[in-house]
Amino acid sequence: MKAAPFEYSRPANIDEACALLAADENARVIAGGQTLVPMMAMRLARPTRLVDINRIAALDYIREEGDTIAIGATTRQLDLEHSKIIAQKIPLMAKAIPWIGHTATRARGTIGGSLSNADPAAEQALMAVTLDAVVTYREGKDVTEITARDFFVAAMVTSLPTGACLTGVKFPVWTGAKIGIGFHEISARSSDFAFVSSAVQVQLDADNKCKRIAIGVGAATDFPIRLDTAEAQLAGTALDAGKVKDAVTAALADIEALDDLHATAAYRKRVAVSLACRAVADAQALARGEKAEGKTNAH
Amino acid sequence: MHIELDINGEKRALNVEPRTSLLDTLRDHCGLTGAHTGCEHGVCGACTVLFDGNAVRSCLIFAPQAEGSKITTIEGITPGPGEMSVIQDAFCETHGMQCGYCTPAMIIVAHALLRDNPNPTREEIVDAISGNICRCTGYAQIVEAISLAAERLRGQNSPAEANK
Amino acid sequence: MSGTSKFKFVSSDRRVREDRRFVAGKGKFAADVDLPNMKHVALVACPSPAARIVSIDKSKALALPGVHYVLDGKELAEATTPLMSGLETPHVPRHPLAVDIARYAGEWVCAVVADTRALAEDAAELVEIEYERLPFVIDAEEAIADGATLVHEKHGTNIILDRLFTWGDVDKDFDAAPHKLKLRVKWGRSSTVPIETFGVQASWDPWREILDVWASIQMPKYPEQIASVLKIPASNVRVHYDIDVGGSYGVKRGIKHTVLVSYLTRRLGFPVRLMEDRLENMSGGDAHGPERLFDVEVAYDSDGILHSMKMRALDNVGAYAGRSPFQLGKPIGAIVGPYKIRSVRYHALAVITNKTTQEAVRAFGQGPTNFALERTVDEIANKLGMDPWELRRRNMVRHDEFPYIIPSGAAYDSGNWEAVMDKVEAHVGYDALKAERDRLREQGLLAGIGIAACLEPSGGNSSFEPLLNPKNTTTSWMDSCRISIDLSGAITATMHTTSAGQGHETMLSTVVGEALGINPDLIRVVRSDSLNAMPSNSPVGSRMAVMLGGAAFHAANKLKDKLRKIGAHDLGIPLERAVYDQGSIHDSNDPTKRLPFAELVNIAHRNFHRMPPDMDEPGLSVAHVMQVPTGGKLPTADGRVQMYPCTSFEFHLVLVAIDPVLGKPEIKRYVVGHDCGVVINPKVVRGMTMGGIAHGIGAALYEEFAYNEDGQMIAQSFMDYLLPSSHEVPQVEIIHHETPSPHTVFGQKGSGESGYLGSPAVVANAVNDALRPLGISVNTLPLKVSKLGDAIAEAQEKKSKGY
Repeated sequence: MKAAPFEYSRPANIDEACALLAADENARVIAGGQTLVPMMAMRLARPTRLVDINRIAALDYIREEGDTIAIGATTRQLDLEHSKIIAQKIPLMAKAIPWIGHTATRARGTIGGSLSNADPAAEQALMAVTLDAVVTYREGKDVTEITARDFFVAAMVTSLPTGACLTGVKFPVWTGAKIGIGFHEISARSSDFAFVSSAVQVQLDADNKCKRIAIGVGAATDFPIRLDTAEAQLAGTALDAGKVKDAVTAALADIEALDDLHATAAYRKRVAVSLACRAVADAQALARGEKAEGKTNAH
Repeated sequence: MHIELDINGEKRALNVEPRTSLLDTLRDHCGLTGAHTGCEHGVCGACTVLFDGNAVRSCLIFAPQAEGSKITTIEGITPGPGEMSVIQDAFCETHGMQCGYCTPAMIIVAHALLRDNPNPTREEIVDAISGNICRCTGYAQIVEAISLAAERLRGQNSPAEANK
Repeated sequence: MSGTSKFKFVSSDRRVREDRRFVAGKGKFAADVDLPNMKHVALVACPSPAARIVSIDKSKALALPGVHYVLDGKELAEATTPLMSGLETPHVPRHPLAVDIARYAGEWVCAVVADTRALAEDAAELVEIEYERLPFVIDAEEAIADGATLVHEKHGTNIILDRLFTWGDVDKDFDAAPHKLKLRVKWGRSSTVPIETFGVQASWDPWREILDVWASIQMPKYPEQIASVLKIPASNVRVHYDIDVGGSYGVKRGIKHTVLVSYLTRRLGFPVRLMEDRLENMSGGDAHGPERLFDVEVAYDSDGILHSMKMRALDNVGAYAGRSPFQLGKPIGAIVGPYKIRSVRYHALAVITNKTTQEAVRAFGQGPTNFALERTVDEIANKLGMDPWELRRRNMVRHDEFPYIIPSGAAYDSGNWEAVMDKVEAHVGYDALKAERDRLREQGLLAGIGIAACLEPSGGNSSFEPLLNPKNTTTSWMDSCRISIDLSGAITATMHTTSAGQGHETMLSTVVGEALGINPDLIRVVRSDSLNAMPSNSPVGSRMAVMLGGAAFHAANKLKDKLRKIGAHDLGIPLERAVYDQGSIHDSNDPTKRLPFAELVNIAHRNFHRMPPDMDEPGLSVAHVMQVPTGGKLPTADGRVQMYPCTSFEFHLVLVAIDPVLGKPEIKRYVVGHDCGVVINPKVVRGMTMGGIAHGIGAALYEEFAYNEDGQMIAQSFMDYLLPSSHEVPQVEIIHHETPSPHTVFGQKGSGESGYLGSPAVVANAVNDALRPLGISVNTLPLKVSKLGDAIAEAQEKKSKGY
């Protein structure tokens, strides 16, 4: 399991990186490498050139930009996990990050790498879709911004053009009182890719009615989805458990769930309903100031 | 290609193919065979080393990527010939291993954990080693070793090792 | 361990001496051996489950600079004999590289030799092989059906072993019994999957005519097999046993790998290494474990007394058969488990398919059999509405009934199994545990308690070989130790095999120290190479404590006898008055009349004139070859035989909870009562038991070499073949009990397979107890999350519709 031969470049800045990528259509960006390197070791990926963006300082940041938290492409998952800004401003991400792989893979794995890789079960992709994140990439000198919902187009496929370099992602911050989050996932072992995951963020009004809600489901389908119809139905309601279940069930009724060695489509569809309901209930409880139920996978 | 790596505080000039993993570089080019090859796809953890202080899989890093970073292997953690660290000694005390193949990586992980968290709970220890597969022990005596090492390190007059 | 031990070192909680080198990363594993000018092998594997090799074009591969050779199966087969098969199956020849036809996806077709492993992989991609795809069969039941595709056409059938044993009057017992229960259970294809893959390097020295081999090996008679296949004298093969093996648990057999590199080093004139990578290991490394379908039927009465059992075990051994069919033989030695079942019919059926070849795995087939038996016993208790503890107690061999001979002729040596059960019950408080289960159920979870009472036959023996293959007359099964005291008085003991983490150096030094009354830390243990080795059968069958420990004890006693004779002669006292005490000899009538150790050593090494006149060997070097206790007899005509000498016992208890939507079993509590006789090193035994349980949890819940309908293995990497991590293994409470074996030197039994022998059964029983309110049972391992979730959902739907 040795990678096929390739050339290696370590550009000092984004311009250089883009130039290297433009010069060779089989060149690939390497960031954390936690997915790309195994693919190369199995020779399922064989880039002719690796453009190592790890040492480009300008891509490694977590900062507030207006109403958003902006995160650079090479920001490590472990840095997000330990970030005070993330904990305060994007608590849903703070909750989900520990579910990505292991400490040792999070120490290398980056948010940009995970988004570009677009694994259906990736927690960060689910975060981006659920929280309406906007992805930024560079193609030569051109800068493009695209919403996460448009960014993911199929399993392991994004709208990132060949030769482009993902540079960052911005997460809109919800402001105001009574915001709650919920996150659940189920996998074979605690640290495996999820069979199904669900992320929910909710804001309640003074009467504890739903002011705003985002319900995301990951791993069940080719890429993470939002339950738009359910969100619309539940807005303004008291998030009564029965109504939530009906709305979520209806929203998931027509999905084409993945079917593989580890979980059947029927399983994914059924459990997606359950996890989304649990995540809503957790988010609602937190928004009310109550304690949420917590993890799906008992450690 | 020619690269220079900082391994266990020593600068080493090496000539490797870019595709050479850091793991293979340590083993085949530096004579440091304490990091072990288990799966070469980032799951088993047997190749774990410290990379700028973080425990990482050395099979998932290509050698040139490691330029400019500080790499510490089990050989760099061992205090001296025939001399064991508190953590290594605790692994011997509880017999936190059997075949010894995953052991250096487990000790690296324990080292990183106890540096950042001198008083870990059982759950924290279990979580810290969860990326390192051991087929022999069922983990119980490894968890006990790390717990014992933590206790001993806390009781030391000088916390030198934990800060190394 | 109790503080009242009669031993000085045995059973005391001493450190394990091997650990020091491992914590420093200074183990010497196969891949750590670096030979000058060594070249590396990568393999070209067949992509199809069955294909005829039409042509091989090596030219592009050979044109790559740094590539030295491309070996194909034809060349290798012409230079070697087929690999040894345990059975008489001349038309199922097995070679390291496929000859003409490849019979499973992943089977090795060519071996490429290059300067580096990476380069060898580059070249392997350039070997152009034209295949003609052939029909294949994957499923064991399909493979034995009429008209099935034949894996080896000349063999004429896919059945490679078909033996029917009837011990006792099964038909009469079945006719007489008021109740019968049939159960079909399946043990999925999993294995031990060590973190170190198999690796070997060989170097041929044509001037000395020596083939040096360094391998990650655990295999009886390994050098002899290599030599035989290569058609060279075994005295030309030097296997270095001082290699640390990075886990094995049965599978590191590597004959085909070793033959391959040995041929290449002889052919090419430089050292050659083959370290399997993980993909090669999983698909073509021939290290899968049993995949076994059981049909069990038991006749019993209304009191829950088990009278008779019929068991058919259909094992899918994969494309070729080495020792794997024998894994249906070993369980005959404990076919009724701990129960007094008076008659048994056992149908052992091994079938060849187009799957990866099976190899010996921890417990050599006993794990699956224990699982089948314990599932069945549980279902009988359920059928009778009887507590499963009570049913087991009523049928169990009692402590005053040993030695107890089971229908298949094996005698169980000793035990107090009811005491172990009582201890576990007292520890958990069964009523409290049931209350805990009910509390979980009230929370809306499915919750269940499982128990399993399992045997670990130990001490090793190979009597399943003559039992299953009458042409095989093996009755010797030995291990050996040589102990020397040198001129300086330093003591060295030898062993003659590798170890894979079992702490043999510690065990050996402890035994020798105990026997000689000398601190074990002062005793050096060395491993010979195969050319100066005494007979050993390697660490298989939970045998080393019994056999290497036994051999060492006997050798130490020979040494003591020699010292006593020298001492008695020098002191001028009769031999019977010469007392050995921690190295020195004194007169029992006058303890001040004493010859110190240093003086005894001096006499033996330098003063022949002071030696007893009838002692013609100077120096202090003795050896002992020990035959396995209770072994040495061929099976009777009706297929009865003593299998292993000792019987360890383990009683497992699990409380499991399952979220009914998610279907993920969560082990809330795990308790095991364990009796392996006198424990030599508590740390080692505890570790192996814990590790065995973890391994069994993997087989029960996570691990499977799954295949798809196209005959492709779809769990080829650690992304899909799921090994339990620290999150998946619960805290285990171990309750010790000690019933010495009458057959061993200290009363020790084996423990190398402990834990694994009962954990799949207990997890399955607990899950089934949890599912019982839904009216369903699950009997196919592994019990994967999604499968359980779907089964629960289906049952709930049926229930809600009132079926």
